[in-house]
Amino acid sequence: MYQIDPTRLDLAEEFKRRPYGRHSAELQRVLNRMRTEPFEGHYVLIREGRFGPYKLGRFGRTPADPIAFTGQTFQNLREAEWTVFKLRWHRLTGLELPLD
Amino acid sequence: MLKIVGYTDRLSVRPGEAVAFKVSCEAGADAFDAEILRLICGDDSPGGPGFKAEPVAASVNGRYPGRRQPVNCGSFGLVSTDVGRPGEDGMTVAAVIAPTWLDKRAEQTILSCRAPATGAGWRLMLDPAGRPRFEVSDGARTVGVDIDRPAPERRWSLLIATLDTAERRIRIVHRLLDPLPGESGIEAADRPIPFAAPDPGDAPLTIAAVLTGAESERLFTASHFDGKIESPVIAPLVGEPAAITAVAALAEGCRARWDFAAGIDTQRILDASGRGHDGRLVNLPTRAVTGSNWRSQVVRWTDRPDLYGAIHFHCDDLHDMQWGTDFRWTVPGDLPSGVYAARVSCPGDGPGLDEDYLPFFVLPARDAPKAPVAFLASTFTFLAYANSHHGYEDPLSEVCYGALLSLGPAELFLKERRDFGISVYDRHRDGSGGVYSSWHRPILNTRPKRALWNFNADLHVVDWLHAIGQGFDVITDDRIDEEGAALLRGYRCVITGSHPEYHSTAMLDAFDAYVSGGGRLMYLGGNGFYWRVSTHPELPGVIEVRRGEAGTRCFELPPGERTHAWGGEAGGLWRSQGRAPQQLVGVGFVAEGFDENSYFVRDAGSFDRRAAFIFKGVAPDERIGDFGVLGGAAGYELDAADPALGTPPHALVLAHSVEHSNVYLLTPEELLAGFPGQDAIENDKVRADMVFFECPNGGAVFSTGSITWAASLSHNAYDNNVARITGNVLRRFIDPAPLEP
Repeated sequence: MYQIDPTRLDLAEEFKRRPYGRHSAELQRVLNRMRTEPFEGHYVLIREGRFGPYKLGRFGRTPADPIAFTGQTFQNLREAEWTVFKLRWHRLTGLELPLD
Repeated sequence: MLKIVGYTDRLSVRPGEAVAFKVSCEAGADAFDAEILRLICGDDSPGGPGFKAEPVAASVNGRYPGRRQPVNCGSFGLVSTDVGRPGEDGMTVAAVIAPTWLDKRAEQTILSCRAPATGAGWRLMLDPAGRPRFEVSDGARTVGVDIDRPAPERRWSLLIATLDTAERRIRIVHRLLDPLPGESGIEAADRPIPFAAPDPGDAPLTIAAVLTGAESERLFTASHFDGKIESPVIAPLVGEPAAITAVAALAEGCRARWDFAAGIDTQRILDASGRGHDGRLVNLPTRAVTGSNWRSQVVRWTDRPDLYGAIHFHCDDLHDMQWGTDFRWTVPGDLPSGVYAARVSCPGDGPGLDEDYLPFFVLPARDAPKAPVAFLASTFTFLAYANSHHGYEDPLSEVCYGALLSLGPAELFLKERRDFGISVYDRHRDGSGGVYSSWHRPILNTRPKRALWNFNADLHVVDWLHAIGQGFDVITDDRIDEEGAALLRGYRCVITGSHPEYHSTAMLDAFDAYVSGGGRLMYLGGNGFYWRVSTHPELPGVIEVRRGEAGTRCFELPPGERTHAWGGEAGGLWRSQGRAPQQLVGVGFVAEGFDENSYFVRDAGSFDRRAAFIFKGVAPDERIGDFGVLGGAAGYELDAADPALGTPPHALVLAHSVEHSNVYLLTPEELLAGFPGQDAIENDKVRADMVFFECPNGGAVFSTGSITWAASLSHNAYDNNVARITGNVLRRFIDPAPLEP
């Protein structure tokens, strides 16, 4: 299984600059690892209005189980992507991402 | 949570025909308002063209009493005779089963005959632990006899139960048809009962559910079975059920035995005993599935129906909610053809929660002059995706989309309300793939003001036609399926929406006849003409889709179950059936991605004199569609030309899309083996091609090969190169002057 190198802060910066669209091959590997987390606990955004804000939640054991909210709310999708990226970085490397 | 939802009783109507509207006030409002609207644009997103609708002075506009309408989902069989009433000596009941969802840990009914009011009667079932059980009740007391261990999941078991009224004893036998080494093949149990004979009265026999109530034609059921049932039998009392090794041994002298291998293409279940206890199926369980005797002898049920004697029931099957009609409207003769909806609303507590739009499509009268242009509403595609859950139930969705999953009120409502049914993209709760989808329920993703996908995205084309003042009729998939080429004939140009993905044989035949007979087709989408669909003359508003071993798909149906029950055609991709989309529209599906959309650049073909009319007003080096509501005219799902799959040799490739992201990957049917380098960065095949070619007798085809094309039409007040190219083609295609090849 691919392991994220916690010293590659350049990849995190690349993602923050451009969360969608073309990425470097190495950042794509990081994202593939992050986004293929199991269903249980998988992050999901809940739109409160038609176009936001977005509450962050996590799926339960099965699709029928309720979503547990983390308490975080975002005004736009880029903000949400960056926060989830940092959460996953911490979970997969064991280290806080030292970037805002 | 949504406060009000509803549906119409049909997809499409013509003037003079009536459409019924069925509404449920989910939050208990005692009244709701209704208004008929002509929909023009459903895109209320920031930067989009805005929601646009014209009010219609309809006789049905007004206030109506509100009510919450119940739903009964889950499929079952129903035999409305007295066959389930025990005889004087008692009875034997038997069936072959293969359960598919024991983890739900709930009672699952296999065969039952019980009075709904009292519960008096009997039931062959699995208990919440999956153990076979035979249960009898006199209405006051319920007793049952159980097998000690669960019936194994996805393996065949024969269950036999007896009621001996003289001895006041019930028995159950569980026989594994294919026991594993060391596994006991048979188990039995019996016990006395404190009454002689349970009397269900005139209760019907039910298969795969227990009847709990009835209101007129509407039946309410519970304790649904998930799995396959085969060869249910009701027979006189036998003395030694443990000696019976096959259900066929009960056939002689039986009271009824249902052969599910008969009438596979129907909703009828036929009594093979000759005693006339035929029944019917409710809520579309899956037929044409392999039975206990299937050993890969054939893979098409039509070759050996006798190997397909099972029916797969699911607790989340749904055909028709059978809601009461709140109002009915006969479409006036002077109503223009178009996309319409009834807006229903009641007091709510949030934007979008207190209203619903019940769409329907109005075709012109049969004898009316045809407009020059017909816009094709992709009703079968809308059905295929109806109320889909796969976007959030599949753990791979995020990595495929390249973006976090995002659920709005409609998705959350559906997540809570599985009884609103699934799409043919979803797995049933037992993990098996959905093959039917019905219009007879609220379809919450076929609405304006929802995601820009299918119906709501297609309204971008309608909006553009209105914006340029182009008169047009609306036609629909379901009507082409019914009426064939006659519906298309006479239109100078047929224009599709963004995603005309699902088509029946009759539809493809109609399009072939149209373009080869001088018709001109504008395919403004991607992933079009991709999957085969079947319909059934007795089941309007329902489609069948059987996904096979190719294509971008959420599941693959089991071997032997990929032939349509309705019509017996091979399911799967049209490409796999020898009718790749490239043959009709010059391009076919190659890749998808949903993170960011892109644009087109011109190819040599665009400078050919034959294409001069298409690019009038477009500079040679212009980026085409690097703008739009969805960020670019090239995106979501992409189609490319491929002469090997049927792109005509004289087709001009006018432009291709560029700069797609890493998450745009080649579709599986493009791969013979996995290999690195399948994304848009490394693989040039990941692109949309824009093509044009002439057809016999003056016909022609123009294709954009991209789902997001239409979302760029409105950019800069409809003054942009996507709108210019589309308008150039439309004007020329309407012009009856021959196209000079």
